[in-house]
Amino acid sequence: MKPAVLTGVHYMTGDEACAEGALAAGCRFFGGYPITPATEIAEHMAERLPEVGGTFIQMEDEIAAMASILGAAWAGQKTMTSTSGPGFSLMMENIGLGICTETPCVVVNVQRAGPSTGLPTMGAQGDMMQARWGSHGHYEIIALSPSSAQEFFDQTITAFNLSEKYRVPVIILADEVIGHMSEKVVIPRAEDIKLVSRPRPKGRKDRFRVYQPAENGVAPMPDAGEGYKIHVTGLTHDERGYPVMTVEAQAEMVTRITRKITDNRGDIIMTESSMVEDADIVLVSYGISGRTSLAAMHQARAMGMKVGLLRLLTIWPFAEEQIRALAERVKAFITVEINLGQMHLEVMRCAEGRAACHLVGHPGGTVITPEDVLARIKEVYK
Amino acid sequence: MTATASTTPVLKHPLDDLIRTDRIPHIWCTGCGTGTVFSACLNAMKSSGIDLQKTCMVSGIGCSGRAAGYVNLDSFHTTHGRAIPFATGLKLGNPELNVIVFSGDGDLFAIGGNHFIHAARRNIDMTVICVNNLTYGMTGGQVAATTPYKAKTTTTPMGNPETPFNLPLLAWASGATFVARWTMLHIRELMDCIQTAILKSGFSFIEVLAPCPTNYGRRNKEKGLESLKLYQDRTIIRNNADPADLDIDFQKGVVLGEFVNRERPTCIESYDRTCRPKG
Repeated sequence: MKPAVLTGVHYMTGDEACAEGALAAGCRFFGGYPITPATEIAEHMAERLPEVGGTFIQMEDEIAAMASILGAAWAGQKTMTSTSGPGFSLMMENIGLGICTETPCVVVNVQRAGPSTGLPTMGAQGDMMQARWGSHGHYEIIALSPSSAQEFFDQTITAFNLSEKYRVPVIILADEVIGHMSEKVVIPRAEDIKLVSRPRPKGRKDRFRVYQPAENGVAPMPDAGEGYKIHVTGLTHDERGYPVMTVEAQAEMVTRITRKITDNRGDIIMTESSMVEDADIVLVSYGISGRTSLAAMHQARAMGMKVGLLRLLTIWPFAEEQIRALAERVKAFITVEINLGQMHLEVMRCAEGRAACHLVGHPGGTVITPEDVLARIKEVYK
Repeated sequence: MTATASTTPVLKHPLDDLIRTDRIPHIWCTGCGTGTVFSACLNAMKSSGIDLQKTCMVSGIGCSGRAAGYVNLDSFHTTHGRAIPFATGLKLGNPELNVIVFSGDGDLFAIGGNHFIHAARRNIDMTVICVNNLTYGMTGGQVAATTPYKAKTTTTPMGNPETPFNLPLLAWASGATFVARWTMLHIRELMDCIQTAILKSGFSFIEVLAPCPTNYGRRNKEKGLESLKLYQDRTIIRNNADPADLDIDFQKGVVLGEFVNRERPTCIESYDRTCRPKG
């Protein structure tokens, strides 16, 4: 029987690293549904969860999988599901319920090429905007994107910590290549892994208001069965959790659940900058394309071109401040992503015309090569 | 007798402690049967002796889906059709919780039908109470998976061309360990039945017929009181009846009673036995 945290050096796939990251973060409930290329996460959780006292269930579809992790989160567990494009579409309904009811949980999307059934076994990065706006209504979400198996492990822990801290579903936008690639993963000692748990209520149970926020905009969250007699609804609600069908209640609730994310952008957003200090061109990328871009950057530097890389570890909220600051001094951005321009539009929005914005994109099914990126760098650099 | 504090009449309903009284008045129409089923459920929860602090009610969307908003316990009003998978996570996340799903026929058997059969198959230890008013009441009376053949609704203005589900048969075939049907008029039987279902380990299902005079009855020349007359005159109590004989046809007579009460390992028992490491 293995412990929850497999401290040591491993050779594993990104999908396995994600599952191990979840276990290390304290995830003890997984509701899933098989789908390529995310199935291995569910398979690994099915094997590992019962031996660490957790529970795995394969639900009847992704709608149910997402509903089950919300229910288990209110039972007090740290919970996760994993899927790919078609399943991600089905999960949108209850991702919205998770946002509205402020339920911490982690949703992993190992992206494949779409639309529809698309290229099930072949990677893409086409769900970036779906992660942002896929459920109805106006909301803020947190989404991360790993560039390696190690980062898939690390980010899964980060995703749990952010979801617990801000009481919001956190999405990990991996891709088929990162999910299926095997590489070195170092798992630290359990005591060296920083874990965050949801804020807990204090004081009298009869005076408790389930959506009364603390200073950071996040309300303490009890478990079902603790005697707080909470009411949780996807209807617009007040601090007591009671449905209130007014314009004012809608404004108050939506403003709070968006501001708890936007007001804490500095705490949430993580980027990695390489050689941007003197750069004329900055590549903006993430996931597998972030690695492609790093290789292209080094090749361009070797040829004497001043190229840097801003790698987005956090996709949402978008790293607006970083792009705005760079736009003041660089000549051009080149966004590298396996879609036909999604985060590219965000870069353009934040550059506000102060720097040229280019795209190296691809509709999906294969990676973008460093040569593709280098060719574009040369064109832009002229 | 002198007027003292102890003799001052207290206008308190015996179920007040289980109701969020600050949310009353409720949304249910005059003549609606949901409130009666709701109070039968609360009475049964009380009389069953279960730990109410460890008891949760989960609802979907619709008129009866609002029940979760009125019960003064941990309560979850989820998305349309998804009460059962949410409740599945709640139960598996903390097996000590008693989980009661209270929702309507449209929610549980059209949009949520797939979840129902799978929760029954898995034998998740929960009690599902379906208020069957034969229609989508909340949205104004559209055809449901339970609407009788030829009945008029706003989306079947010429009459329903489809055949409705036999819900107890579906529950039995899917593996439910307790299956019953009552009407909201059979209040004593219903309370006893809900108590039995709550105390029963495994997936328990109770269908409760209830009138929707506002959005079903008035289009089918059936006043609220006439629905109750049908419940009284055109029903037959036949425990252990063959589930195949349970179609709802008031011309022939509708069979009520407890039809299934069998033993099967629950999802959690089976998971612990099959998947957990030994020793």
